Amino acid sequence: MSQDLVNIEINGIPLQARKGAMLIEVADEAGIKIPRFCYHKKLSVAANCRMCLVEVEKAPKPLPACATPVMDGMKAFTQSPKALAAQKGTMEFLLINHPLDCPICDQGGECELQDVAMGYGEDVSRYSEAKRVVKDKDIGPLIATEMTRCIHCTRCVRFGEEIAGIRELGATGRGEFMQIGTYIEKSVSSEMSGNVIDLCPVGALTAKPSRYTARPWELVQHATVAPHDSIGSNLFLHTREGRVMRAVPRDNESVNETWISDRDRFSYTGLYADDRLTTPMVKDNGKWVATDWETALARTVEGLKGTAASEIGALLSPHATLEELYLAQKLLRGLGVSAIDHRLRQVDFAHGNADPAFPYLGLPIADLENVNAALLVASNVRKEQPIAAHRLRKAGLKGASLMAINTRDYGFAFPVMAQCITDPHGMVGVLAGVAGAALEAAGAKAPASLAKIIDAAEIDEAARAMAEQLKAGEQAVVLLGSQAFAHPRFSLLRALAAVVAEHTGATLGYLPEAANSAGAWLAGAVPHRGPAGERLGSPGLDAQAMLDKPRQAYVLLGVEPDLDCADGVRAREAIEGANFVVSLNAFASEATRNLADVLLPIATFAETSGTFVNAEGRWQSFQGVTRPLGEARPAWKVLRVLGNMAGLNGFEHVSSENVRDELKGLFGADLAFDTGVPLEGAAFETATVPTGLQRAGGVAIYALDSLVRRARPLQETADGRQAGAYISEAQARALDLLNTDRVLVRQNGRTATLDLVIDDGVAMGCVWIPAGMPETAALGAAFGPVELQKL
Amino acid sequence: MPKIQTVHKAALLNDHLREEIDDWLRRYPEDQRQSAVLGALRAVQHEHGYLSTEMMDAVAEYIGMPEIAVYEVASFYSMFELKPVGRHTIAVCTNISCMLRGSDKIVEHIENKLGIKTGESTPDGKFYIKREEECLAACCGAPMMQVDHVYYEHLTPERVDEILDGLE
Repeated sequence: MSQDLVNIEINGIPLQARKGAMLIEVADEAGIKIPRFCYHKKLSVAANCRMCLVEVEKAPKPLPACATPVMDGMKAFTQSPKALAAQKGTMEFLLINHPLDCPICDQGGECELQDVAMGYGEDVSRYSEAKRVVKDKDIGPLIATEMTRCIHCTRCVRFGEEIAGIRELGATGRGEFMQIGTYIEKSVSSEMSGNVIDLCPVGALTAKPSRYTARPWELVQHATVAPHDSIGSNLFLHTREGRVMRAVPRDNESVNETWISDRDRFSYTGLYADDRLTTPMVKDNGKWVATDWETALARTVEGLKGTAASEIGALLSPHATLEELYLAQKLLRGLGVSAIDHRLRQVDFAHGNADPAFPYLGLPIADLENVNAALLVASNVRKEQPIAAHRLRKAGLKGASLMAINTRDYGFAFPVMAQCITDPHGMVGVLAGVAGAALEAAGAKAPASLAKIIDAAEIDEAARAMAEQLKAGEQAVVLLGSQAFAHPRFSLLRALAAVVAEHTGATLGYLPEAANSAGAWLAGAVPHRGPAGERLGSPGLDAQAMLDKPRQAYVLLGVEPDLDCADGVRAREAIEGANFVVSLNAFASEATRNLADVLLPIATFAETSGTFVNAEGRWQSFQGVTRPLGEARPAWKVLRVLGNMAGLNGFEHVSSENVRDELKGLFGADLAFDTGVPLEGAAFETATVPTGLQRAGGVAIYALDSLVRRARPLQETADGRQAGAYISEAQARALDLLNTDRVLVRQNGRTATLDLVIDDGVAMGCVWIPAGMPETAALGAAFGPVELQKL
Repeated sequence: MPKIQTVHKAALLNDHLREEIDDWLRRYPEDQRQSAVLGALRAVQHEHGYLSTEMMDAVAEYIGMPEIAVYEVASFYSMFELKPVGRHTIAVCTNISCMLRGSDKIVEHIENKLGIKTGESTPDGKFYIKREEECLAACCGAPMMQVDHVYYEHLTPERVDEILDGLE
């Protein structure tokens, strides 16, 4: 027997358990049920509900199984008369103040208290005095409160402190007057807040958007994968009569553990938006006419075949499934089209030869919590990939050195050891400084292509410290965040990050923005690579070029160009001028209607089968959980039929699995999970130092894709209402803007009027403006010179 | 005026309060700054008469703990006032020993004299009768009361008048 194991007995069953494990963990593993409310496997032990009392031999009183470490020879009894009496006693006390409103409670039917009360409660209460009543709180548009039902287990409080990293809920007052709440009138702001709904063992915290809409026993549960960030959290969607009613996490220890972000949880509310497209439509003489699939598809084939292939541009969403992207590029390439791209927000496509096979995280998601050092470059990981931030936070709490180079101090929920906040241009200099420090420490010379830039960079103490931490860390990682992809000098940032990684022994990794950014690369949805990473001899136009040099026809798959493209205004102008535009989308916004000639209604992620590949390269296939709305069809089927109608071979798939397996078959044995950046070839040039104010900022988290933009409850949160121009107080003073609340923002000859917000986290010389929002879309690209004018 | 995202809440603490809190902070290990919260809140209440949310936020920022954690501490201890109260706090012990020795009569006398009930302050802001503050561990001098942290024992209505009338 290993030294770390002890022998115990529960209910007479001999068990081996890890030394120091709590009795309840051992019982859970052995499938022995012990009732509990406050204990949760992912949270610290509070031992305050007393429901898990069990009898332990030689102990004078029943002991809480959640806080009793196992000892060699321990004999525990979970169902003995003494244990049962203790559990029943606890139950009676817990029910004293709990209202009997189960018939109107959303939790009813999936309530831990209800379940345990069935097992341990009495039929009739002996308590005849007044019950405690607690006033409800408004803690925002996502979580409904009914605090009279609260049994003070404090799971939600511990979640804030231990998992989310911001403590917003607490237990104020004491004794009979103790209450769980925020004390002051306040909305919770955590991007993971919805998890307290699952944690709450009673109906005190329930999901506001789905409140009073369905009973748990009417719902059918379907496994699927979240369609937003590049983590691919595992989900269950709950449907009633074919309609998606809510989303909850599906445990997967290697991906999302037991948590999901609010975006993944509540974005389903956008599925049935008013502008959902439910029937194929064609534009006749400038007027939209609903039609049948045959007509719409024929019109599409006609439009595409009637245009020279070199004059067709295809913008594909990185939120589309692997199968859709693969078939789309197969169809387009079959027609001779080469301008195919999913990198809608990217502007710098230089050094395409150095592109990896796909933007790989560099390590499994689960390993993020084991890194000793991490350098985030241009990343608001907390909001952009909340689960990755949670993993990094675990590493940080274990002592990892977490560092960042950003345009704004985003207020990460993990301890940040060092942080450089500078304008977008300055970021390049800072990273070059870290590269210089890494080279200096390694006694190496800068690669020729970067020598000019690294030699010019100032190597200060901060840069040295960052390089040192990365070098000292046994497992260190340099992560290029979603904002790095949109940076005007992305290729340079990437090359510098690669130098830092190489000479500190760290791993280079990417945190791409979308659910299928990785899959899009593998499927060949880029102009210079075919499926399975095949290098193409004559690359087509990239997402930027096909808008800079307007095409005569465009194919849009899941794309709303005005909000999804780096420069929405220019995208709109280019596409507006085209002779033929087909939009395959689940939604038809006003802007899309103005641009397109044919609208093909496609299924949302909930209505189609498919595969998303997350940042760690994990292929996660899922089934549709419900029928597509109206006449909408899964996009892979639409594309397959288009292939047939266009007279192309190889479009005989009968299922999305066929499509996936066809693509899978194209991969050699060794799909390189490689993030090395080859630096041969053309040298990187130093950029001229921009003068004046620079715009910075990433995509607003609830503006990421067309589905989440339509999720009204998320739009009502603080993150959903973040449109504005953010500057530091010193900057505001320098610009004499301290006495205005609205400003006119001028960028590239365009203007928008925005709220002025003072945030000292924003770098000097910077105006931080979120992208992807209707309020800011008129301005164009996420980076570039801007002017502010008092209104 | 623009919306201010970064507010320096601790700015509300004056030099004297900072000195006082620093003194408490010095008594605890550096990574246990939250230990000073009781001392800090006591200092704030002494100066402001009660703990406003703004002042609790200031303490939270100064010590470096979540605001809600400060609210939890402040709302747990009955000695902290979360709403403005009269200048002089009268707390009559009504626990068992004092009750047997007639504390109810003392409370009644004070209520009649000041024209307010327990838990209320006089309109002129001079007196505040605390609802409950017990047991104050002076049973041998029952009935007793605490006025502004000072113990008065062996109370009679006359003695109470004398004490209260003597206050500014």
